[in-house]
Amino acid sequence: MAEVLRRLVRTPQGAIGLAIIALVLIAVLFGPWLAPRDPFAISPLQRYRPPGPVNFLGTDHLGRDLLSRVLHGASATVAMAIIATLAGTLAGSLIGTGSAYLGGRVDELMMRTVDAVMAIPSLLMSLLVVSMLGRSATNAVIAIAIAFTPGMARISRSVALAVRKQDYVSAAIARGEGAGFVILREMLPNALAPIIVEMTIRFAFSVMLFSTLSFLGLGAQPPTPEWGLMVSEARRFMHLSSWMILWPCISIALVAVGFNLLGDGLRDALNPRT
Amino acid sequence: MSASYLARRLLAMVYTLLVVSIIVFGVTQILPADAATVIMGENATPEQLAALRDRLGLNDLGVVQYLRWLSGVLTGEFGASMRTGQPVLPTILEALSRSLTLAALSIALMLVVALPLGILAATKRGGPVDVLFGLVSYVGVSLPEFVTATLVILLLADWLQLLPATGYVPLTDNLWVGLRHLALPVLTISIILIAHVSRMVRSEMVDALHSDYVRAARLKGLSENRVVYVHALRNALLPTITIVALDVGYVLGGIIVVEEIFAIPGLGRQLIVSIQARDLPMIQAGAVVLASTYAVMNLVADFGYALLDKRIQYG
Repeated sequence: MAEVLRRLVRTPQGAIGLAIIALVLIAVLFGPWLAPRDPFAISPLQRYRPPGPVNFLGTDHLGRDLLSRVLHGASATVAMAIIATLAGTLAGSLIGTGSAYLGGRVDELMMRTVDAVMAIPSLLMSLLVVSMLGRSATNAVIAIAIAFTPGMARISRSVALAVRKQDYVSAAIARGEGAGFVILREMLPNALAPIIVEMTIRFAFSVMLFSTLSFLGLGAQPPTPEWGLMVSEARRFMHLSSWMILWPCISIALVAVGFNLLGDGLRDALNPRT
Repeated sequence: MSASYLARRLLAMVYTLLVVSIIVFGVTQILPADAATVIMGENATPEQLAALRDRLGLNDLGVVQYLRWLSGVLTGEFGASMRTGQPVLPTILEALSRSLTLAALSIALMLVVALPLGILAATKRGGPVDVLFGLVSYVGVSLPEFVTATLVILLLADWLQLLPATGYVPLTDNLWVGLRHLALPVLTISIILIAHVSRMVRSEMVDALHSDYVRAARLKGLSENRVVYVHALRNALLPTITIVALDVGYVLGGIIVVEEIFAIPGLGRQLIVSIQARDLPMIQAGAVVLASTYAVMNLVADFGYALLDKRIQYG
């Protein structure tokens, strides 16, 4: 683990990605304490303030401090996206590894089905799920997890297929271990590296998807300082005060770039050969 | 490309469309257990709900409902919109034609820009142009469509006042005004595509330029231009075709947001409006049409790939 980290920091993508994500995680975990003001406090006299000494990033159309909202928004946006990706990865890797373990006709049928499900674009899939479950942040998380499951299943399966042929898996089956033991204890741990790389890149995609759903009014609901929602609220005022819309945009971009860099760096660090 | 490969690939696509139809129907009609409540709202009396359920056939088994719906879909009978009462299919097809115009223009712009950009970065590998290219393309793929769209509007429509921010004018009405209105949405979609595809072109070109046949071509004394554009490019383009085909799926998803932002009455905006109005037949038809378009594009790309690359033998 320490070795992987050392190799990760040595690649430029890995080092920059790690630095950005470390900052973002600090904002996610400690954002509420770092925020100078109450992100929900409305002050009619301080509306549309440009960035200045009192409000570093300015204020919005209700006079709320934008720095505080962006900091609070880190957990409302990034934490949700991370939970959704983790759930999708868990479900997908179990399905994929299970499919590789079973093999044969069942595997073929499951993978054809996964291919078919992937014909539905992720955004459309999550839109359908959210529209039926009802609009809320929790339902958006569920929708993203569902939308990510087939892709993660396909990748886990391709890795697990190679692991399935290893002697230690055959040995475990010969010992008479049950399917659950072989999948969870023998196959999954050894297929983990590529799954983690894919998951890291999907964190970026998940942040984009979650904020898009909120932007469309189907994810987080006002007055949550979710970044996508902040962009959608600020759109009406963007001709007058463009900073209102710029900060959440920059935050989303920063997080997505960070996770993409980290994912690429991890890929290099975990595959020293390439 | 053998006949059996063709048959299997077609069969796979039929299976794909079947699964898509099951998911779309399952998610929209059966999961909430009650389309009647969706239609009548939460204030309906139990008697009204029961009557509507009976009329819509919601008391039948899910399988029976699905088969009834599927037989309608297969004969082009998607039902009528719950919001407007208009038949669904003509509305969807009209919206689809606008979406496809937007998609085609975006992909065309992407090809014109992404290929030269990727080649340039690959031939100047490691130089300042390549590093700058890497940074910009990283940011390009990391921005969600609504952020790109916002920034594009802010810069080109708001500050520079070059183009109209939103709205839609049919190209057949007034080509010039129509194109001006389409410029920003097309730009938004192609920025993300360009970032993605040019990165692929670059990495494929880098691989090709380090291959033995390129070294052989150089050793033969061919001009650098001939080596790059004839020998390397032809082989670098093949994997790129697959990426472009996969990106069509992305475009069809991304179009949903872009149409909503720029107020283009295409399939994506139609879907959002239907979802907000809980217009079930419209949602179902829109989702099925969108996913089918993607499945067909993938099939075409696979066949194109098999025809172009003679090395690949599909059993």
